[in-house]
Amino acid sequence: MSAVYILWKRELIRYFRSRARLVGSLGQPLLFLVALGFGLGPVFAKAGQGNYFQFLGPGVVCMGILFTGVFAGIQVIWDRQFGFLKETLVAPITRFEIMLGKTLGGATVAFVQGVFVLILSMLIGFKVEHILMIPVALIAMFLVALFFTALGISIASVLQDMQGFQLIMNFVVQPVFFLSGALFPLSGVVSFLSIISAVDPLAYGVDAVRGSLTGITHFGLVTDFTVLIVISAVILTIGSYLFSRVEA
Amino acid sequence: MDDIIQAQNLTKTFKDFTAVDNVSFNVPKGEIFAFLGPNGAGKTTTIKMLTTLLRPTTGSIKLNGIDTVLHSEKARKTFGIVFQDPSLDDELTAMENMEFHAVLYKVPGREIKERLEKFLKFVELWDRRNDLVKTFSGGMKRRLEIARGLLHKPEILFLDEPTQGLDPQTRNKIWEYLQNLNKETQITIFFTTHYMEEAEQVAHRVAIMDHGKIIDAGSPDKLKEQTQTKTLEEAFLKLTGTAIRDEEASGIDKLRGHGRMWRH
Repeated sequence: MSAVYILWKRELIRYFRSRARLVGSLGQPLLFLVALGFGLGPVFAKAGQGNYFQFLGPGVVCMGILFTGVFAGIQVIWDRQFGFLKETLVAPITRFEIMLGKTLGGATVAFVQGVFVLILSMLIGFKVEHILMIPVALIAMFLVALFFTALGISIASVLQDMQGFQLIMNFVVQPVFFLSGALFPLSGVVSFLSIISAVDPLAYGVDAVRGSLTGITHFGLVTDFTVLIVISAVILTIGSYLFSRVEA
Repeated sequence: MDDIIQAQNLTKTFKDFTAVDNVSFNVPKGEIFAFLGPNGAGKTTTIKMLTTLLRPTTGSIKLNGIDTVLHSEKARKTFGIVFQDPSLDDELTAMENMEFHAVLYKVPGREIKERLEKFLKFVELWDRRNDLVKTFSGGMKRRLEIARGLLHKPEILFLDEPTQGLDPQTRNKIWEYLQNLNKETQITIFFTTHYMEEAEQVAHRVAIMDHGKIIDAGSPDKLKEQTQTKTLEEAFLKLTGTAIRDEEASGIDKLRGHGRMWRH
């Protein structure tokens, strides 16, 4: 297990070492909170849906986790291009340990990023309704982080270079975010959209975080957590398999 | 005593291309063994098979008596490797790169500190231990990789073109370290290079590979005598011809090529 620990530690050292990236990655969530939160807030209130900022906050938290997680996973491609991956592949440890260490490291980084965004949104005006539910929200956030980091590693195991990266961002990550109900309520949307959202992993993550922090939920917390746990287990299995086939 | 590296009938094919074709060789413990050949001869593929990064299509490899396919994890502990291209994490310090390696190779915790100091001093990088690797020159990175490869006290050290692109001073220094180490610890050194005078000076024995096969092997003196030439370089050219080889793409490059054909 010491191998898993050192791989995890490496991800954290790299994340906290580049302060510029750390601060920079808070820019986008901040923009979403300010522009959409304050911009669409009045419309939302007029429609009788209450405080939009309360609705949006958990969505943007999950956005931060999604982007950081997928990105952390995809960094395996860089490790390959810069040669460092070989150093780990030739070490006397199993592929599963490497995959696990990298996933846990990336997930921790994405989770911390999510916590930063949550604090940021609370500074701007997001209110947690039930303080006691914060640990539940944190668990949901970690599951989201775990899922998307493992997804990133799975994708990176299949891609040979960074050329496919833009494709993944435009056809996987962005749709996953915009169709997840992070920005708008899923109740009452046209049926094709509600079907898409029902198979969007992030929809359950957003719903779980929102449900635990504000009490508003679409699927129900039990469904959310069941789905999150199951899909995380599935993607970890798939990721381990794909990663085991990576050649140096 | 059994030879520390035993390769038997190694073959590696990528789709329709045979990179290594039924190659066998043995290296006794404590030997400095040079693996020579023109570009695309199959040297790197062979090293990758020896170091468990590629699975041989057929044939077997034993390192220190351990079968590398059946017991790859155990086999990995017996060797250190310096790859052709850098394999350090640029965003970490020299020390952190070393620690990372020590933990991956399960060096006992109480010994880590002492060994880090010993090997970083050995390659004269102790003063730069807390600097990020991205601030290092090519030669410093190479020295750090050698120190890292030795950290878990391997029986065999593989080096794939360790002195490529380095100035004569650094090359000289690196071989000084390695030869001293070989004398003191009887570590077996298996390396590839394009610098024939280097192989002639340091190697106890050389093997020359071309088109996926070993075409000759023996001490540099024996090869020179056989080909009636004065230097190893001349012997090499006599054996492999003077035509320039275009670098044959590696397996992954080939797959990439296939991928591109599909995409467009």
